[in-house]
Amino acid sequence: MAKVLVVTSGKGGVGKTTTTAAIGAALAQNGKKVVVVDFDVGLRNLDLVMGAERRVVFDLINVVQGVAKLPQALIRDKRLENLWLLPASQTRDKDALTEDGIGRVIAELRETFDWIICDSPAGIERGATLAMRFADEAIIVTNPEVSSVRDSDRIIGMLDAKTVRAEKGERVEKHILITRYDPARASRGEMLSIEDVMEILATPLLGIVPESQDVLRASNVGTPVTLNNPSSSPARAYLDATRRLLGESVDMTVPADKVGLMNRLLGRRAA
Amino acid sequence: MSVKLLRLFGSREAPAPAPAPAAVARERLQILLAHERGLLGQQPDLLCKLREEILAAVSRHVALDPDKVIVRMDRGKNVSTLEVDIELPNGLEPALAAAG
Repeated sequence: MAKVLVVTSGKGGVGKTTTTAAIGAALAQNGKKVVVVDFDVGLRNLDLVMGAERRVVFDLINVVQGVAKLPQALIRDKRLENLWLLPASQTRDKDALTEDGIGRVIAELRETFDWIICDSPAGIERGATLAMRFADEAIIVTNPEVSSVRDSDRIIGMLDAKTVRAEKGERVEKHILITRYDPARASRGEMLSIEDVMEILATPLLGIVPESQDVLRASNVGTPVTLNNPSSSPARAYLDATRRLLGESVDMTVPADKVGLMNRLLGRRAA
Repeated sequence: MSVKLLRLFGSREAPAPAPAPAAVARERLQILLAHERGLLGQQPDLLCKLREEILAAVSRHVALDPDKVIVRMDRGKNVSTLEVDIELPNGLEPALAAAG
């Protein structure tokens, strides 16, 4: 049965689009048929992170307004044959999205795909509320930092009140994904620890993605980090998180970059 | 050298070490979210409502500029305070005397 997963956070810049691309690709590698949907109308970026920016013809709003049919707007990934992208519009504004229109598009996607991953825009306005509106599950991307945790708490409240599931008395299954985590700073007491964030948000943990240069490297070349360098620490964290999403039990660790003996002796950091 | 020695001997008077920044962050968040969950969850716009009702009550007796009424809430761990700052126009006494 199809699952609608929203990747949300409230705060901007915490890693929603990176997470959408990485987990979308990882699910597709697991044999699932996946579509990643960009809800950030006016400021789309998922196409860029997925490396499909030059292949966008039609977008979500064209489909919502009936200008294009859904299959015309879907872009198939060049690396993974069961991964697709539904881009956002770059020129229109978020008012062009309607709840009925989005509902129709999601219902149509449910017929074809196993996973529909909605990349939410930042904020708590229309774009963000529509991205979560039809969700069955949610990943709340959180940085171990006060403003991000506060916004995540707010978003959790909205997921429990303003989604179709919540209004029917059902629950949206929520997962926290901590990104940009620096174990060394946390152990020195300079950064909120995983335990701190878990205690405050009281929502199950899906994974811990360490701060890493590999995330920027992957977005530079337009490849989800899980495909660009699968052995890198963020890729392994996303692959573990994806297995948990699929119901597997995986030990919760913070993947670290492998440091070679020579580099360790010379005190170099893993690049 | 002598300064270092003095520091060594004076170490007993050194203030208690500051709490780790992460601990400060955790405590601030816990206090803030406890209030926000209550305020946003049950009584949206509590401050707005309070401001309106206070404004209505005061302006029954005194003419005032609605923009000069400031309602602030300060959240503490155990006690929160509600601060109401109302600026009254000058020449109020004659108006009150006339009204009385």
